[in-house]
Amino acid sequence: MQLSKDKLIDAYTRMKKIRVFEETMRDEFAKGTVPAFIHLYIGQEAIASGICVELNDNDTIASTHRGHGHCLAKNSDLERMTMEIFCRADGLCEGKGGSMHIADLSVGMLGANAIVGANAPIAVGAALRQRVMGENLVSAAFIGDGASNQGAVFEAMNLASVLKLPVLFVFENNGYAEFTGVDYHCGGGDIAGRAEGFGMPSYKLDGSDFFAVQEAAAEAVERARRGDGPSAIECYAKRWYGHFEGDPQHYRTKEELETIRKDSDPLKIFRQKVEDAGLVESSDLDTIDEDLLSQVTNAVEKAKNSPLPNVEELTTNVYEKGSY
Amino acid sequence: MTIKTYREAIIEAMILEMKRDEKVFVIGEDISGGRGCDDFEGEAAGGPMGLTQGLWDEFGAKRVIDTPISETAIMGAAAGAALSGLRPIAELMFSDFFGVCFDQIYNQAAKFRFMYGDQGATPLVIRTMIGAGIGCGPQHSQSPYSIFANIPGLKVVTPSNPYDAKGLLISSIRDNDPVIFCEHKALLGMDGEVPDDSYEVPLGKGKILKEGSDISIVAIGQMVGVVQNCIKNLEQKGISAEIIDPRSLSPFDDEMVYDSVEKTGRLLVLDESNPVCSFGSWITSMVSEEVFSSLKAPTKVLTPPHCPVPAAPNLEAAYLPDMETIIGASENLKNYT
Repeated sequence: MQLSKDKLIDAYTRMKKIRVFEETMRDEFAKGTVPAFIHLYIGQEAIASGICVELNDNDTIASTHRGHGHCLAKNSDLERMTMEIFCRADGLCEGKGGSMHIADLSVGMLGANAIVGANAPIAVGAALRQRVMGENLVSAAFIGDGASNQGAVFEAMNLASVLKLPVLFVFENNGYAEFTGVDYHCGGGDIAGRAEGFGMPSYKLDGSDFFAVQEAAAEAVERARRGDGPSAIECYAKRWYGHFEGDPQHYRTKEELETIRKDSDPLKIFRQKVEDAGLVESSDLDTIDEDLLSQVTNAVEKAKNSPLPNVEELTTNVYEKGSY
Repeated sequence: MTIKTYREAIIEAMILEMKRDEKVFVIGEDISGGRGCDDFEGEAAGGPMGLTQGLWDEFGAKRVIDTPISETAIMGAAAGAALSGLRPIAELMFSDFFGVCFDQIYNQAAKFRFMYGDQGATPLVIRTMIGAGIGCGPQHSQSPYSIFANIPGLKVVTPSNPYDAKGLLISSIRDNDPVIFCEHKALLGMDGEVPDDSYEVPLGKGKILKEGSDISIVAIGQMVGVVQNCIKNLEQKGISAEIIDPRSLSPFDDEMVYDSVEKTGRLLVLDESNPVCSFGSWITSMVSEEVFSSLKAPTKVLTPPHCPVPAAPNLEAAYLPDMETIIGASENLKNYT
C-alpha cells in the first residue's frame, strides 16, 4: 500500500534521527564523555523504524542492550534519553539505568534490557492487557540473532502462541551474537523457521529495506489487533560497528564493512526509493537532516552540562516510597 | 468468624481481590487444570494442591490463565504485565523451580522501579510453595526465602497460619512492589479462625504470639507451629519464652525483635532455610550490632543441616529442627553463664 507523504517523512525522520544520534554518541564515546558501555544501532535503523511507525503510543515495545534505536523509533524524549545515557539526574531513569536500561513508559517503551533475550517474556506480559482488560494493543519484542537462541525467547513464543496474544517477535539478525557469527551459533540457521514451529506466521526479509519491514509489520499488527495472535519477523541487516564501542572486530574483514555500508545503507536505500518515485523532494529530506543534527547536538550538550544524581539518591526507589 | 484452612484463606484472599480490582488476574501451571482448553467440559481442578480452586468458575479463562510448563515465560509475562499496569498473581508451583526463572524475578521485576527511575510500579505477587515435611524430596521441599530476601526490590512474606495467610496475601496483592508469598506446603490443611470479610495484615509487621521474659524465640513459617508446641515443656523447665512470628522477612520488623531482646537478653531463631547465609543468621547479626549490650548469652540459630532435603521419612524428620532440639537450645541459652 502506498504510504502518505507524512508517513514517509515520519519514517525518514525516525531513521535519520537514529543515525545522527548514534554517530554523535560514537564521537562522544571516543572522547571519553560517556560514563558507560554503549552498543550502536547503525545499520539496523529500518527495523526499529519500520516496526514502530505501525505502533501507537499505547502499544508497547521491549528492547535490548542495543536499545538507542528502539527508544528513538518509539518517540522517546530525545533530551531525557540522552541525559540517561550520560547517567544524569534528569535522565529518563534518573541516571540509574544508563544506556543498557533506558525505559520510557510514557511512550510504551518498556525498557532496554541487558540480559539477552529476557525482554521477550516481558513483551508477552504487556500483551496480556488484551486478554485481561480487552484493551486494543500490540506489544513488540526486539530480539537479536544471539538472543534467538535463549530459552526465554522460546518460552515467550510458545506462551504467546498458546494464549493467542498480540505480540510481534522482531528478530534483528545483524550477523553476530557479540563476536560470534550467526552461521556458527544458530542451529538450523533459520530463525524465522523456528518461530513458525510455534505456530505463528513468520516473515524473513531484508532489514535494510524500510518498506519490507513496514509492510510485514502492518500485516502482523493488524493480525494481532484482530486477536489472531503473534507473528515473527526476521530482519537481516548487519550492524556497522562492533558489538560495543571499542570492540576491535577481529571476527570480520574490512571488506565486509565496506560492502555493508555501500550496498546496505538503510538511509540511502530509503532516499533513493522515495526520490526516484517522486514521493518526497530531496530538499525536504536535507532540511530534516540539518534539523536533526542540531537537535541531537543540543541534546548532547545539554546532557553533558546537567548534573549527575545526588549521592542521597543511591538507595531511593528500590521500593515504593514509604513502604519499606 | 469462621474456621477455615490455610488453603481456603489463600483462595478467599484472591477471590476478594479479584472482585475488588479487575486488573488482578492469576497465571500459572494447571491453575484451572485443563479448563484452559476451550473444549474441556470437566471440573476445574484448581492446581495440584487445590490452591486456585473455584477461581476459574468465578472469573473465567480471561483472568485465570493456564500456561504451559514454562516458568520463565510465566514470571516474565507477569513482570511485563505488572510494568504495564496490571496486577498479576503468578504461581510458581514449588519454590524450588525459582532456579529456572530467577532472571525474570531478580534481574527484571525486582529492578524495574530502581533502574527505570520510579517511572512505574511493579505490583506483582509470586505465590510459591516452600518447605519440607511431606516427603517431596530434594527438588520439591526447599525453603529458599533467604535467597529471595537477599534481593533488593523484592518483598518476602512467610505466613504461618490461616489468618495471616489471608491478610498478608491481600496486602501483597495491593502492594506496588514484587512480593514473593511463601506458602508452606505442610500448613495447607491447617485450621484457624479467618474472618469472611477483607482485611490486611501489613507487610513488615511481626506479631508477638506469647510474651515472656527469659528468651526471645523468632520462628519463621512452619517453625512457628513447632515452637508453639514447645511452650508447655519450656514452662515446665522454668523457661519463659517470648515467641515472635515476623510474618514477613522483607521488610522485616527488626524493632520488634530488638525490643524483645532488650527485655529477655537471649535470642533463639528457628529458620527452615539452609544454614549458610540463612535469614536467621542475618537476624542474629543485626541483633549483635544493635542491642549487643542487652545480650546475656550468645545468639543461636537453629536450621536444618547444610544438605539438601532428603526423601526418606526418617531422614526428613531428622532434617528439620524438632521440639527436643528447640527445648535443648533454649535451656542452654537460659543456663549460659
